[in-house]
Amino acid sequence: MNNNLTRPLLLATALAGSFSLYSLTQKATLAPDPNNAGLKLPAGFGALVVAETGGHARHLAVTPQGTIYVKLNSPKNGKGILALHPGANGKAAAVTTGFGSYGGTGIYAKDNYLYASSDEEVFRYKLDAKGEVTNPAQPEKIVTGLINRRQHESKSIVLDNAGNLYVNIGAYSNSCQVKDRERGSLGRQNCPVLDSAGGIWQFRADKANQNYGTGTRYATGLRNVVGLDWNQQNNQLFVMQHGRDQLHDNFPALYDDKQSAELPAECMYALNKGANAGWPYLYYDGQKKQKMLPPEYGGDGKKLADPKYLDPVAAYPAHTAPDGLLFYTGTMFPERYRNGAFIAFHGSWNRAPEPQKGYYVVFQPFKNGKPSGEWEVFADNFAGTAAKAAAGRADHKPCGLAQGPDGSLYVSDDKAGTIYRIMYTKK
Amino acid sequence: MFVKNFLAGLALCAAIAAPVAAQKKPAAKAPAKKAASTIPAPLLAQGSSVYKQYCLTCHLADGLGVDGMNPPLAKTDYVLGDKTRLTKVLLNGLQGVDINGEQYRGVMPAQATLTDAQIAAVLTYVRNSFGNKASAVSAAEVKAVRAGK
Ligand code: HEC
Repeated sequence: MNNNLTRPLLLATALAGSFSLYSLTQKATLAPDPNNAGLKLPAGFGALVVAETGGHARHLAVTPQGTIYVKLNSPKNGKGILALHPGANGKAAAVTTGFGSYGGTGIYAKDNYLYASSDEEVFRYKLDAKGEVTNPAQPEKIVTGLINRRQHESKSIVLDNAGNLYVNIGAYSNSCQVKDRERGSLGRQNCPVLDSAGGIWQFRADKANQNYGTGTRYATGLRNVVGLDWNQQNNQLFVMQHGRDQLHDNFPALYDDKQSAELPAECMYALNKGANAGWPYLYYDGQKKQKMLPPEYGGDGKKLADPKYLDPVAAYPAHTAPDGLLFYTGTMFPERYRNGAFIAFHGSWNRAPEPQKGYYVVFQPFKNGKPSGEWEVFADNFAGTAAKAAAGRADHKPCGLAQGPDGSLYVSDDKAGTIYRIMYTKK
Repeated sequence: MFVKNFLAGLALCAAIAAPVAAQKKPAAKAPAKKAASTIPAPLLAQGSSVYKQYCLTCHLADGLGVDGMNPPLAKTDYVLGDKTRLTKVLLNGLQGVDINGEQYRGVMPAQATLTDAQIAAVLTYVRNSFGNKASAVSAAEVKAVRAGK
């Protein structure tokens, strides 16, 4: 993997057999790895490893000039943001350039600025005409003082087209129990977590030192969102919510292991200002396709929740942890992918003793700004083997998604720190 | 539930027999044999059954936990160290503490509703699984910690 000499050689030999001379010269520039970086992809797609960062790579952003900025969960060699400059072959030789001494998850590039978050703050950096950050040591602090109680602490970010920044502030709780995650502990009325967390906050993208007082509560009742994106067709914010854990642990008489592993779906919501998705007063049962009253609030697996709360626009297998969302607007991939959603599922832990699931990138077809048709696994085998996936011991855990200037799809991995680039190669 | 636990216990007996057997391999037979024989198999079986029911969901079947979320129980300072401190983790829960230099975002809920015997069994099991080897915890020790907590 780190042998720079043998890889191009292997590539060249592999390709000489199957491609014309013309494509061979192409291969010297940009080509998928012979094993597609270990991924299973639909026919016509290929993948390469851009870099092995060795860090917990959370979200990533690619500038129009092709520089890749990767946000690390904790700084590596004092750098919380890596700046990768891939060569003509798509591979970044150095993974050590970077800046920002803080760990975190969110990173987003728009209109000549790079925005990045710690678990309490949002910063922005100026990008020059080459897509390079001009003030790595002196970013503007846009938002400060956001709550971080370790649990659901990541602050993912996205911008709209009207100069607004959206920040997720996850609930520091599973189901707002009096005693978090304790067996039999009941849910708190008027859940106080929602005062400062459990939703999306809106800030101005260009104003310094905003906080709870100056920001707007855009949406509430969202347990924890990591993947979010702005849908350009609807001009609307879409988010992926991590559904609740531990139905069985908390109320073993009401839910068995299997129900606990399968019922509380991961949901996609289309938000408007003022939306309330209902956490902690409901969970979404992906099999019944109903909003259910949680056991902490008197539910029994059959009682429905108050219907007033927002319905999801799509639901996915429980506990699989959707950490990245990207609406694909490029032209490299075939037409059916355009304006559809890619979702990176980090993979589950709370399905035990049932086999774990996830560790893949899903494609959700869209039509007219709404999910339309069944979702499908697009990029699979991040785990390495089915056994590793089932045990929850995946080699790679997909987390962030970004679109490159040519329409390539970039995926970050916060287990081993691999950065992938997926391309459509069929002509 | 009863049948399930019983089966789990049986499976676990088998699982525990394997590492013990493996450890007999080296020449230093006398101490290894003694350590193994100090912990009765039924106690380990009871511990594993408690583990499956109350711990596995977060620390997983292999005891290695979840990256950044729930810590491993293999060779940690808490598991192998002072028994009073370890017992208090179960009686009181734990949050916001780094384990072997790593930060974990999850919450360890108090397990105080378990009986002294259950806590003793599961701690003994954890201290002798996942590559760990340490002395047993007795119900009397748990009782004393509970009384003084
Ligand atoms: C809801 C998830 C959850 C459950 C259930 C749970 N734990 Fe934990 N446990 C944690 C977390 C999270 C921590 C670390 C807390 C911290 O870092 O402050 C932890 C810490 C520990 C520790 C000390 C740190 C270490 O790794 O050595 C021990 C020992 C432990 N748990 C044992 C158990 C046992 C035994 C059970 C079952 C009786 C159990 N846990 C059930 C989540 C859980």
